Amino acid sequence: MARHITTQRKILVTGGAWLAAFIIFFPVLWMFLTSFKSELDAFSQPPSFLFFEWTTENYATVLERSDYFRFALNSVWLSLGSTALGLLVAVPAAWGMAFSPTKHTRGTLLWMLSTKMMPPVGVLIPIYLIFRDWGLLDTRFGLICILFLMNLPIIIWMLYTYFKDIPMDILEAARMDGATLGKEILYVLMPMAIPGIASTVLLNIILSWNEAFWTLNLTTIDAAPLTAFIASYSSPEGLFWAKLSAASTMAIAPIIILGWFSQKQLVRGLTFGAVK
Amino acid sequence: MATKQTKTLATFMVAPSVIMLFLWMIVPLCMTIYFSTLRYNLLDPGNEAFVGLENYIYFLTDPDFFTALGNTLILVGSVLFITVVGGVLLAILLDQPFFGQGIARLMVIAPFFVMPTVSALIWKNLLMNPVSGFFAYLAKLVGVEPIDWLGDHALLSIIILVAWQWLPFATLILLTAVGSLDGERKEAAEMDGAGPISLFYYIILPHLARAITVVILIETIFLLSIFAEIFVTTGGGPGLDTTNIAFLVYSQALLQFDIGGASAGGIVAVILANIVAIFLVRMVGKNLDA
Repeated sequence: MARHITTQRKILVTGGAWLAAFIIFFPVLWMFLTSFKSELDAFSQPPSFLFFEWTTENYATVLERSDYFRFALNSVWLSLGSTALGLLVAVPAAWGMAFSPTKHTRGTLLWMLSTKMMPPVGVLIPIYLIFRDWGLLDTRFGLICILFLMNLPIIIWMLYTYFKDIPMDILEAARMDGATLGKEILYVLMPMAIPGIASTVLLNIILSWNEAFWTLNLTTIDAAPLTAFIASYSSPEGLFWAKLSAASTMAIAPIIILGWFSQKQLVRGLTFGAVK
Repeated sequence: MATKQTKTLATFMVAPSVIMLFLWMIVPLCMTIYFSTLRYNLLDPGNEAFVGLENYIYFLTDPDFFTALGNTLILVGSVLFITVVGGVLLAILLDQPFFGQGIARLMVIAPFFVMPTVSALIWKNLLMNPVSGFFAYLAKLVGVEPIDWLGDHALLSIIILVAWQWLPFATLILLTAVGSLDGERKEAAEMDGAGPISLFYYIILPHLARAITVVILIETIFLLSIFAEIFVTTGGGPGLDTTNIAFLVYSQALLQFDIGGASAGGIVAVILANIVAIFLVRMVGKNLDA
């Protein structure tokens, strides 16, 4: 017997759910609207919701600041760089652990997870001093390494849970058909591993893009990404709300879109496979 | 398949990650422990000396530490409470069929993807500003005096801001868990005359128990280290009202240049986080066997 859902109940749920969704989304929406206001309208009380003079001048102003692109470019560099490095190291590791597990595999995986539990302040001082002494402060390379290492346990775990789901029987079958190891990997394993790798890449980009402990502490100008750029609005430029909103909208838009596409995979990655 | 040769190969494939993670975590951690036993101030170079546990005694008896510890616990506890209760309710609500379900879900999870510095400044300025903020407008609308959120209720403001960032995370995870609940069990319970409340208590909540535990553990790990939100909104103030352990260690190290004292604080933070971590690792480990 199919569950009978009355129209009345559906309308009630629709109202409640949309109200909740609207309240939660409101700060983002408000920022988006403010980014199209003039600075004067942004401050006006009572605020105008839709009937103000829409303008794109804030975007133009932010983009004209010669340094905006450098910050944005740093964000791109840092997230892509740390992701590429992460895949290079994590794919073999996850592959090895998923396909030829030993009695140490379980312990190794849990140890990797436990390194993620370390609060960054616990290692801030040595890392800061090492960076200072090695001239890595405020360099993209240094920060890429930090972000890569910070996310490495998550990448390995996520890839591991995906690789483990690949049925081993299919390998046997391929071998029966006379496939060599190289062909096996190329034609059998890779196609099945690609979706897992793709969602791992997405999660890692999102995490690196939004990282705001190391990026704030280890950069000043040269390697500073968008997190630091936005932080520079905290004062005294915080007075320019419309420009802050425009800069913020541009900083978060790519990640919100990526995030929306990868919600399901995120759950898996963020809970280390504990919730699927 | 798993011949000796492939096993050796697998070991070589895993080794780089293990070595790098070891260098990244264990070596700096040992350095932090070492620094924490030194009198070591960057403003006073050349005067480093071994002082044993003095830094710990100093840090742990400092009233600032207890304020920061209290703030950390209040922050973590309140945010956990809000996000778990809110997350469960939202997950159940959004799991029902309704018009525009897909879009409403996207709207709910969006805040999780907003970078911390953006969330913090949007809340600080556009929403919580006592003169031109949106909340001030709402207050005037209902005829009450606007609240100076970050001035008078700084910790509460940070709690609201952080809860807003993490509610989507809890909802997203719990929504996945609710979705895996067997529809037939719900139906059977309903046919047996279970009302919505007993349905919630006896069917839904037990089913979510595991996901809720995971949410609590993972959030705790991240919430213990909240930094950017405080850094760009209040800078730990007014006074020490919003200084948590992470921010206290940061200010001791990079603002007061007291490497020894800050290192001792860092180790205290590590110990706190590890108490939580033990439970999480154990839970995930169980899952690994299943």
